[in-house]
Amino acid sequence: MKTLEDLKQLRDQAKKTMEMRYHKDGIRIQIGMATCGIAAGARPVMNKFLEEIAARNLSDVIVTQVGCMGECAFEPIVEIVEKDGTKTVYAKVSERMVAEIVEEHIVMGKRLDRYMLGTIKR
Amino acid sequence: MLERIQILICGGTGCLSSHSKEIRNEFEKVLTEMNLREEAGLIMTGCFGLCEKGPVVIVYPDEIFYSHVRIDDVREIVEEHILKGRPVNRLIVTDPVDKQKVKNFSELKFYSKQKRIALRNCGNINPLDINEYIAKDGYLALGKVLTTMSPKETIDEMKKSGLRGRGGGGFPTGLKWEFASKSVDSQKYVICNADEGDPGAFMDRAVLEGDPHSVIEAMEICGYAIGSNQGYVYCRAEYPLAVERLNHAIAQAKELGLLGKNIFNSGFDFDLEIRLGAGAFVCGEETALMASIEGNRGMPRLKPPFPAVKGLWGHPTNVNNVETFANVPVIYLKGADWFKSIGTEKSSGTKVFALGGKIANTGLLEVPMGTTLREVIYDIGGGIPNKRKFKAVQTGGPSGGCITEESLDTPIDFDNLVALGSMMGSGGMIVMDEDNCMVDVARFYLEFTVDESCGKCTPCREGTRRMLDILNKICAGEGTMEHLDILEYLGNMIKDTSLCGLGQTAPNPVLSTLKHFRKEYEQHVIDKVCPAGVCPNLTNYVILDKCIGCTKCAKNCPVNAITGSVKQKHSIDLTKCIRCGACKKACPVNAISSKPEDWSREKNV
Repeated sequence: MKTLEDLKQLRDQAKKTMEMRYHKDGIRIQIGMATCGIAAGARPVMNKFLEEIAARNLSDVIVTQVGCMGECAFEPIVEIVEKDGTKTVYAKVSERMVAEIVEEHIVMGKRLDRYMLGTIKR
Repeated sequence: MLERIQILICGGTGCLSSHSKEIRNEFEKVLTEMNLREEAGLIMTGCFGLCEKGPVVIVYPDEIFYSHVRIDDVREIVEEHILKGRPVNRLIVTDPVDKQKVKNFSELKFYSKQKRIALRNCGNINPLDINEYIAKDGYLALGKVLTTMSPKETIDEMKKSGLRGRGGGGFPTGLKWEFASKSVDSQKYVICNADEGDPGAFMDRAVLEGDPHSVIEAMEICGYAIGSNQGYVYCRAEYPLAVERLNHAIAQAKELGLLGKNIFNSGFDFDLEIRLGAGAFVCGEETALMASIEGNRGMPRLKPPFPAVKGLWGHPTNVNNVETFANVPVIYLKGADWFKSIGTEKSSGTKVFALGGKIANTGLLEVPMGTTLREVIYDIGGGIPNKRKFKAVQTGGPSGGCITEESLDTPIDFDNLVALGSMMGSGGMIVMDEDNCMVDVARFYLEFTVDESCGKCTPCREGTRRMLDILNKICAGEGTMEHLDILEYLGNMIKDTSLCGLGQTAPNPVLSTLKHFRKEYEQHVIDKVCPAGVCPNLTNYVILDKCIGCTKCAKNCPVNAITGSVKQKHSIDLTKCIRCGACKKACPVNAISSKPEDWSREKNV
């Protein structure tokens, strides 16, 4: 390493893995991972979220798992909590939907009404 | 794959001794078993500070703080929390102040009043990974100094910040650097004093174990400022983990070119080596320290010449303590004005304290200068456990003195503590309650300095020994009032005539307890009683009428001195009693007393 720029580059790269320890005001993606969620396939969904976020280089997004929300029939449930506290709940999320949610909602900030709990039918 | 969860396990000496390493391995095993290893980061950090609650495990991003984690608990944490997202309530830390479970660890009162500058990365980053330090703007200050500032500007910035030496003396760091930079010599040295020897102080260890790169970076900045290209860290061999992590950090910094030749293409070279000390307390004194590095017996010499003029191997040398160095990079990153704005006018910044003794939250804490002792002890420290009454707090270790209840609202800074007859020292803070005998405490510290006196000058070698003899007599019940006067006379003489800081401060614990607790000394001498029930020859135990006859005391007595039948008041045969205090500890209703007013009343009846 010979210049300050090299150092800054290394810093930004290293920051990514530590993001969750310091960024508290980013978007949180909460995935229901109780027994019901896992049984409905929440794990591959969560992995997909992680992949998509890494692929898009999004920095202030945290993926975390939460317990059962009570709407077990609609699992896998994914709740997105934005910086201002607005919550959006997506139900019956499949791996196929993840890229779309990340692209439309997380990046562009557009809610996807058709996937939201309430519009989704049993 | 991007990690979605990170498990931080405290790898400070405190938690390691309660098996945090094994806990880490168990996490590794269980996570792998459950196929979660890729998505969960496992990081061993430095000390979190709340050693009382160790071993500590923190899970991000939820910020759940698990305390007293055992190896058997790991599987439950992984199955419940990591897999299903349900934090294990049973293990979540309870706040010692209001006994509530704390959901998010930044809510812990222990942390909320702190301001962490020197400890900024301790417990936050993996000390074995230079990238984590770099992610926290590590080495950026060095880059900034080397590429945009001249040595003079570097020193001016340091002077402006008002940083004072954290090792005990409180000498302005900028001035120290300036002296060393003004000495003309082709070879100069930078030394980091990591010979932390005060009983009960471990802040330097925590920094070296938790954030070794901050010290390396600061020493390089100092080297650039004073014109030195060789640094030594003088660390005691009793800190094997600190030495190991520092060595590891030095190797990593060299690999990245952040230490070595032509750093940041500025033409500045710096090399760093560790020198191990054998644990002599006197080697914390800078001239003794340098003698020890040179391979000589660790003994201080007369100053002047000061190290800045004639130091290691006769060359100009700048010596700073670990905590002082840990503050340095932040000052250059955020600016001297920012640093100056924290703390009090004459003592800027923060100070790390190692809180110990009769206190709920034993551990490390960092507060802005000017915080009162009461805030430190009651708000952050959680107060005195077991409903005991506060008696005194000892600051500055064997060189400091006691501070009593009425001075608790004094804002802490270098000058205020000296005015109270104590000193900042390196930051050990031992809290004492009514069960501590002040004569015994003074004796403990003096015993330490007598052991550690290097023997070069007579006042320290002979004088402290005579003082200890007198204290031993007083504790044994053979003291006279004349002894108290001799103690004072001798103490002041040793202070005035000793060669180095060790001798000059050794009588402080005795003098300050004599000043604040003279009555207790007199009780030892005249009434022949130890009111705290510590000195065996001056203590009697008595069972009060509160006794419920549970027989616990009798069962715990090692010499069968307690007799009595179930549900009847017991009694102690004082001719058999060895005053060990086991019965007092065992009693569930506090019916066993060693207070003189209790047993003299019994006797009269």
